[in-house]
Amino acid sequence: MSLLRQAARVAGKDLRIELRSREIVYTMAFFGGLLAVVYTFAFPQDKRAILGSVPGMLWVTIAFTGTIGLGRAFDRERENDTMRALLLAPVPRLAVFLGKAISIAVLVLAVAAVVAPLLALFLNAPLFAHPGPFVLVVVLGVLGFSVVGTVFAATLLKVRSRDVLLPVILYPLLIPLFVAGTETTAALVAERPDFAAAWYWIKFLGIYDAVFLVLSLWIFESLVIE
Amino acid sequence: MRDSPRLIDRVQVAKVAKRFGGERALAGVSLELTARSMCALLGHNGAGKTTLLGILSTLVRPSSGSVAYRAGGAGIAGEAVRRQIGMLAHASLCYSELTARENLALFAGLYDVDASAAALDAVLDRVGLEARARDRVARTYSRGMVQRLALARALLTKPSLLLLDEPFTGLDRGGAIALGAELAALRDAGAIVIVVTHDLEAIAGRADHVAILRRGSLVFEERGAYDYEQLKDLYHQHAN
Repeated sequence: MSLLRQAARVAGKDLRIELRSREIVYTMAFFGGLLAVVYTFAFPQDKRAILGSVPGMLWVTIAFTGTIGLGRAFDRERENDTMRALLLAPVPRLAVFLGKAISIAVLVLAVAAVVAPLLALFLNAPLFAHPGPFVLVVVLGVLGFSVVGTVFAATLLKVRSRDVLLPVILYPLLIPLFVAGTETTAALVAERPDFAAAWYWIKFLGIYDAVFLVLSLWIFESLVIE
Repeated sequence: MRDSPRLIDRVQVAKVAKRFGGERALAGVSLELTARSMCALLGHNGAGKTTLLGILSTLVRPSSGSVAYRAGGAGIAGEAVRRQIGMLAHASLCYSELTARENLALFAGLYDVDASAAALDAVLDRVGLEARARDRVARTYSRGMVQRLALARALLTKPSLLLLDEPFTGLDRGGAIALGAELAALRDAGAIVIVVTHDLEAIAGRADHVAILRRGSLVFEERGAYDYEQLKDLYHQHAN
């Protein structure tokens, strides 16, 4: 219980700072909206092409905006070396990891909640035709992204070229997550939705999240101590 | 809140070495620190002082050697050690977008100590952070105010091992002397205080243990009280 309480304290601190400055979420949402506009002009507008490409557009947008959020959220911890203060606190270091992952997940979900309707609107794509499984896959995908991203963003905190290295290291590990997210979304927006395929990929995503959560909890402490 | 934490009364640093890649930061440093003492850790930039503080804080792993923390004759480790450490570093370790009270409340929660407004105000009074600044976000503070907030964060948890890296930076002469007196009071109350500083005047007559590092090696260590001139002589003799 203490672990979760302390994780909530760390996440609450991040969200309070973000509510006050709104710097990260505005940047992410603006960039996500911009990508949606670019997609509208850059891709063919016929229905078949849109149904084929909108799942990829959504998940690329989540990846790019999420990476911005990750980088900035950890830059904040670097400014006054506050990550050191968190790691010095007598709480399980996993609480620090979970707290950061939760706050990043909340930010990315908030941005996904803006970007997905924009994509649906601009491209006339039926992203919300089956809202239950669609929301489930986005939540699972964002959780997985936040867990894996938090480990590497924390690890790269003191590395000079972290902005370049983060996506280079992160994206290869996220490929299964994006494949699962894209396949589920494609199965749901198809003219004849394939719920069996969607369910298969949702389960895959759940397993991916569980595996990487356990791995991250296991390696986080050894990665953040110099 | 937790009851009766185990206070660190002895720290034994045994042949601690640290390398960062090919760079040697510390080379087999051994040091013993005991309760009711204030150790001035001196040396030029790059001598390994901050690395040693990092190792003592448990946030830097030594490449070889060990650090043992003892409380009442028994060894302690992990969260029990971290609970007893108060740290003042080059950076403030406080959030710029939170107020002084919010910063302290956050860390009081993480350390499971009294987070009441009265308790937070008491520590802010102690470091002399003016009352009207306490509900302003820390990014609006002057360097000296930030340093006072950082000190309040370090003292909030009543640590028995205080690690201070250039604590006098940003303070005016009066503030530096008041801080020196505060550290001496903490030492007298039973804490182990380790001060890394170039401000010999502020610790003169207060430090009772002097350790000098040069290029990662401990080149001088002695217990005793020193006035400013003596400290200056020791520094020039051994640090260069």
